[in-house]
Amino acid sequence: MKKDEVPQDDENLFEGKFKVVKYAVDEDGKYGTVGSSGWEPENVVLNQAWDEINKKVEETKMKIEAGELSPLAYHMEKNIMDVGMLSQYMDISKRNVSKHLEPSGFKSLDEKTLKQYAEVFDITVQELKKTE
Amino acid sequence: MIIDFEHRQSAHCETGVISNLMRHHGLDISEPLALGIGSGLFFAHMPFIKVNGLPVTTYRIMPGDIFKKFSKRTGVEMKREKFSSPEKAMNALDACLEQGLPVGMLTSVFYLPYLPRAFRFHFNAHNIVVYGKEGDDYLVSDPILEKTEVIDRRMLIRARFAKGMPNTNGRMYYPTHVPQDVDINAAIIKGLKYTAKDMGTIPLPIFGGRAIGFLASRVANYDKKYGREEAKKYLGNIVRMQEEIGTGGAGFRFMFGAFLQEASTRLGNPILYKKSLEITKIGDLWRNFAYDCGRMVKDRADGMTYQDLADQLNDIGKKEILFFQSIHKMKL
Repeated sequence: MKKDEVPQDDENLFEGKFKVVKYAVDEDGKYGTVGSSGWEPENVVLNQAWDEINKKVEETKMKIEAGELSPLAYHMEKNIMDVGMLSQYMDISKRNVSKHLEPSGFKSLDEKTLKQYAEVFDITVQELKKTE
Repeated sequence: MIIDFEHRQSAHCETGVISNLMRHHGLDISEPLALGIGSGLFFAHMPFIKVNGLPVTTYRIMPGDIFKKFSKRTGVEMKREKFSSPEKAMNALDACLEQGLPVGMLTSVFYLPYLPRAFRFHFNAHNIVVYGKEGDDYLVSDPILEKTEVIDRRMLIRARFAKGMPNTNGRMYYPTHVPQDVDINAAIIKGLKYTAKDMGTIPLPIFGGRAIGFLASRVANYDKKYGREEAKKYLGNIVRMQEEIGTGGAGFRFMFGAFLQEASTRLGNPILYKKSLEITKIGDLWRNFAYDCGRMVKDRADGMTYQDLADQLNDIGKKEILFFQSIHKMKL
């Protein structure tokens, strides 16, 4: 990659905070570094990953409204976690997390466990019970 | 408590931290040298190991191994610690800062609030340096950023105690002895030979240059095997591993080219300079591949097939094997 080919396809994924460093060659083939504000294919696959996450969050919201899942499922998906990771953060079994993802299991949670979940997601217990 | 620490921006976190920490201790090591001496470049495709349901493809050795190999080859002694509780981890950090020692540590990018939203996944192997403390705020040199940052104690604890792959366990490290008479040239040769051997000669299909051809054979069938929409996710993941922040672009191939040029100058070996131009061309092929994958994901492929992408990969694989075998055989 030549220095003048270092892509500047800014889609604001860096939020204007910085440019990343890329190694590229000058006319004589000598290496140096150049700042890049983004690259089209990289933007595409990054957005692809987020679209997938957002899709899951929306689907989960619908299942919660339909009474199939508890609000916990929303916060789990929103934080890009799965049952395995959440159980590690909570230091409880996957089975228990799965139980809490069901509306009935979530309703029977004591205040202490609710607080623990809220802490994992860095929100309040009030927020934990909602899907916003 | 602020240590006079010079922050220099890098393409990749681990090599950047090595370079910045070493310079602080009087050993002038560029980022490409850190990559080369630490044998950072690699390739592996492991379809049976999945992260978020997608098979693992990597363009580098295991996180943390670049630093380990670098230290071994330069005689730098490192203290590495992990902790059972955040209290202990933060106390140990504070004690180091009090002694004037900048500390490298493993963090999860998900919990680093200063990073742009789009990059904050549960990637638990991001290296940063903490070089000071003001009240409850810690001063951070994050190698991929232009400028230094500040993070509060609470968030730093979260980042240092992330769960998943791997659990970060408050891991931190700092040099305890940096020799001032390091034989850099010998270290360069060791690092280079190791990479050349692994990439050029490992007979298994999942590691080294051969694994690129193996990935090609999988990619050729992605759409038939997984269907059109799923196949795009598989493809996107290959490119994310190649280009995402922290891999240094084109899966490290360009940074490796910069390393070869520095090696050529230091060793007085013009052949290594020619080799740097070769790997630059291969890096460009990786870029073209990523570009075409992007088009496929966006449904702008104009008749391009998965077989076409596989052919590109096959070509890259063959070229990389020959490239690294030629270095493997070289007398240095």
